[in-house]
Amino acid sequence: MIQLPCPWCGPRNVTEFRYAGERTPRPDPGTATPRQWRAYLYLRRNPCGVVEENWYHTAGCRRFFTLHRDTASNAVKETR
Amino acid sequence: MPEKGGGKPRRYSAIGLLRHGLTDVDWPRAWRSHPLKDRYDVVVVGGGVHGLATAYYLAKNHGVRDVAVLDKGYLGGGGSGRNTAILRSNYLTPEGVRFYDRSLTLYRTLAADLNFNVMFSRRGHLTLAHNDGSLRTMRWRAEVNKLQRVDSAVIGPREIAKLVPYLDVSRDVRYPILGALYHPPGGIIRHDAVVWGYARGADALGVHLHQDTEVTGIDVASGKVTGVRTSRGRIATPVVVNATAGWSTLISDMAGVSMPVSTFPLQAAVTEPVRPFLDTVVVSGTLHVYVSQTDRGELVFGASVDPFTSYSTRGSLDFAEGLAGHVLELMPALSKMRLLRQWAGLCDMTPDFSPIMGPTPVGGFYVDVGWGTYGFKAGPVSGETMAECVANGRTPELISAFGLDRFADGRLVGEKGAAAVGH
Ligand SMILES: Cc1cc2nc3c(=O)[nH]c(=O)nc-3n(C[C@H](O)[C@H](O)[C@H](O)COP(=O)(O)OP(=O)(O)OC[C@H]3O[C@@H](n4cnc5c(N)ncnc54)[C@H](O)[C@@H]3O)c2cc1C
Ligand SMILES: [Zn+2]
Repeated sequence: MIQLPCPWCGPRNVTEFRYAGERTPRPDPGTATPRQWRAYLYLRRNPCGVVEENWYHTAGCRRFFTLHRDTASNAVKETR
Repeated sequence: MPEKGGGKPRRYSAIGLLRHGLTDVDWPRAWRSHPLKDRYDVVVVGGGVHGLATAYYLAKNHGVRDVAVLDKGYLGGGGSGRNTAILRSNYLTPEGVRFYDRSLTLYRTLAADLNFNVMFSRRGHLTLAHNDGSLRTMRWRAEVNKLQRVDSAVIGPREIAKLVPYLDVSRDVRYPILGALYHPPGGIIRHDAVVWGYARGADALGVHLHQDTEVTGIDVASGKVTGVRTSRGRIATPVVVNATAGWSTLISDMAGVSMPVSTFPLQAAVTEPVRPFLDTVVVSGTLHVYVSQTDRGELVFGASVDPFTSYSTRGSLDFAEGLAGHVLELMPALSKMRLLRQWAGLCDMTPDFSPIMGPTPVGGFYVDVGWGTYGFKAGPVSGETMAECVANGRTPELISAFGLDRFADGRLVGEKGAAAVGH
């Protein structure tokens, strides 16, 4: 089991968290075309390497945070 | 290693087996190895069931034989050698049901077609419902299935108890069993044999199979594929088929094609063998677990994908613990059994739990991906339709709903209700 460093609670087992997906830049909902909006909804970088992603600390502070994780090894690089 | 004599592999038969057993000479290899040419008409990336079946049907149905299948590891080293080999066609959408049912039809005669025993055992498939919501989805599925002439019906706890011994159908458990979707034509198969059978069949028709050959780049000029770069040199080709499942984003990236795919590990486990007692495949979506018994007597357990994306195939203890707990809720009598092994494979999940098949905006670059946790059963029909698509340059009707463009157009084919846990 890997651990994630929650910026508020410190390192905790990953089972305490909910994965909230890769961070993708969100277009302006007011001006985005349906195509742009769907690209935002569905397309993923899905790299084999470092990815920036959102997590939610369900069983702790119940706050969202961002971290950089290497998907090849699951090593956590940095949190925000 | 080239086979002795260099000729085509011989047909397997009962007489041949007997003669071979008595004379005790070496068994010839099932497929040959060839030098890597610097040009092929078609290059298939990925030597799993999808890539191999595509190459086989290209050669067999369309006479396209100048085909190479490249794999960075060994044939069947991806999901095709790691899955729990459940075959079924009781999906939720008419498009899905028709498509998977064609695959089951091909699987039924595959052993004879390939002259290779693939051990398809049609033993029946049960998806349990533990709440009203899942019972409702199952009624819906059963009706869609029947309209497509697929044998599928909702049955009650008494019939379930008759089909599955040791299943706890009492009411005083946390998740009582209210009913099940019963699909008699479903079953399990020997996954390695399917891979090897297609490899041998493709080889006999002239396809070149190259293991240990990693694709590192795809050359595109004026919007068209011109070749692939590999760890063993460049190959010129006008057609590339991406059949790399969990790694497919990386291959599409090389051609500059963005995809709605996320790679999640999926774990499975197997117990020590016991006497046969379980005839059917049993799936519980609520408990995130399924079980079947192999011909050797082992119980094979699976679950839903890991909770976050990864390209790592390391197993985890919390998975084994959670799995064991759920299995025991269903069948408390298994508490003394021991797990022998656990493993993981990579799954290329899509937003709607349906595959992505056909052409892409890059000319000559085709995808056969998005197989998630359910793609083994689709090997034959995908090979058949992708071969037709590549050979004729037209997308066959059977896969027209699964194009990459459906995401931009908002025409998703939602199969989550039929594919999230039961693979
Ligand atoms: C634990 C588990 C249980 C499953 N259970 C079921 C089930 O019960 N029923 C079902 O229908 N499906 C099931 N699946 C899903 C099924 O295994 C897959 O969908 C299917 O095997 C995909 O086949 P494929 O040929 O597309 O890909 P794979 O078999 O994964 O083959 C892809 C190949 O591409 C190669 N490759 C990757 N990158 C490169 C590169 N750069 N260059 C060259 N080659 C490359 C890999 O080495 C690999 O061999 C399960 C999967 C898992 C992991
Ligand atoms: Zn926290």
